[in-house]
Parts: sequence; C-alpha cells; structure tokens
Amino acid sequence: MKEFFHMGGYGFYVWTSYGIALLVLLANLLSPILLKKKLLSELARREKRARRS
Amino acid sequence: MLKFFHKMASPKYFYQFAGKLIPWLAVACLGFMLVGLYDGLLLAPTDYQQGDSYRIMFVHVPAAWMSMFIYMVMAGAGAIGLIWHIKLAEVMAISSAHVGASFTFLALVTGSIWGKPMWGAWWVWDARLTSELILLFLYLGVIALYNAVEDKRTAARATSILALVGVVNIPIIHYSVEWWNTLHQGPTVTKFDAPSIDIDMLIPLLLMAVAFKLFYAVVVLMRARCEILQRERNSGWVRDLVKASS
Repeated sequence: MKEFFHMGGYGFYVWTSYGIALLVLLANLLSPILLKKKLLSELARREKRARRS
Repeated sequence: MLKFFHKMASPKYFYQFAGKLIPWLAVACLGFMLVGLYDGLLLAPTDYQQGDSYRIMFVHVPAAWMSMFIYMVMAGAGAIGLIWHIKLAEVMAISSAHVGASFTFLALVTGSIWGKPMWGAWWVWDARLTSELILLFLYLGVIALYNAVEDKRTAARATSILALVGVVNIPIIHYSVEWWNTLHQGPTVTKFDAPSIDIDMLIPLLLMAVAFKLFYAVVVLMRARCEILQRERNSGWVRDLVKASS
C-alpha cells in the first residue's frame, strides 16, 4: 500500500496530476448544475412577478 | 432516422432527450474511469525508463486528445450553425468551449508536472507545448467573445468564425512533434504503424480515453440544457417547466 502511494519516488508528481484532474472534472460537473439551479430560480421569480402584475 | 434528427433539432425535444440520456452516459463514464484507473495505477507495469512517473500519461494523454477533439466538434458545430442556421448547433458549439478549455488546461498542467521530473523543467517553449497553449487561448477567446456580445445569435456567428479560423492550429499541434525537433516525444498511438506502446499500458490508456469522451458528452449535454433554458426562456414550454418545478 505504501509502495502504491510512493510511486517509485514520483508520488508527488503522479498524485498532484491526478488530484488536479479530479478537481477539473468536478468543476466541469458542478458548474452546469449550479447554473441550472440559478436559471430556474431566476425564471421562477420572473414568473411570480408576472403573475402579480 | 431523418425524422429523429428533425425532432432533435427542436430545443424542447433535445432538452428532454438529453435529460434522459445524461444518467446513462454518466454511469458508463464512471465504469470506464474506475476500470481504467485500477488498470492504469495498479495493473500496468512500471516503465523501464520513466519509472512510475509515466502513469501521469493516463490523464495527460486523454485530456490532450480531448482538447483537440472538442475543438473540432466546436468548430464543426459552429460551421453547421453558420451555414444552416440551426440553433442547436450553435448551442452545442458554445457548450463545448468550456469543457474544451478545461481539458486543454488539464493537458498543459499535467504535462508540466510530468515534464519537471523527466525533462528537468516545468515548461519549455517547444512546438508541441506552445501550440497547445495557443489552443487554450483560442478557447478562452471563443468564450470571451461569446460573452461580450449581447445578442446570442450574433454572438454564436462571431464565435463560430473565430473557432473556424483557429482550426489551422489543430494540425500544427498534431504534427508539431514531427515537423520540429521537439523535446516532447513523438506519437506512440495515433500513427499509421502499430502503436509502439506496451499492450498493458495501451489498454488503460484507451479505457481512460473512452471515459474522458463520455465525460465530455455528459458535460456538454448538461451545458447545452442550460443554454437552451436561457435562450428559450420566453417560450411556453420553458415557462411550463418553471411552473412545474417551483
């Protein structure tokens, strides 16, 4: 197990790369999810305003 | 088949269809990625020259392949939008830009982290690295231009032209390692001869490449759905959708 994380002495380089890859993938997934939420709540507010007036 | 395409070009049907497709693609992506990671990090043998540092390849190479593939999709969709004025093509083009930019960034950063122990430098101005950096600037230019123009249809036309001009960079990236004497190594998989890479390293690489492609499909569909919501905000079906969800 320790050997696995050590990566023959290149552990820092290998795991930093995979860590950044994970962050990039997560950011790619999160941003459309948040955007959709924001859009829907924006549109819902607009709909409410339209009904009141 | 033609009827299917015709239906898909309608934003409403595309929105619903993409919504159904996304979970399946996501599951497939996760499957390929887990097997690819297990295979690449645990089963693939250590390289005789680069030791275990070469395992960076399993994220670096798929990211770099996707950076070019997505650019071609973006420019192709942009061209279709320009010629036939298909709204959905415009949506797909701009939705690809963000994912493409992030994969280009990932290819550059992981390449840099790989370069430090192997070449002794984080960055060198060699042809492959420089042309890939230009690709990142092209993506950022496309995104900035799209955001700068208020009317989204005009914005889509302008960005499509920019994207098409930038296509000239793609063969430069691909052949840079052959045309110039680069520090970056030549291709080992995408060439006409048999791949000069061990089969036990090739399999996880291809698994990861498929996983990245599926990931792009998931994200581009999610982004396209957002873009459609924004563009169709005044149409009846979006208003019904909003009423139903609030």
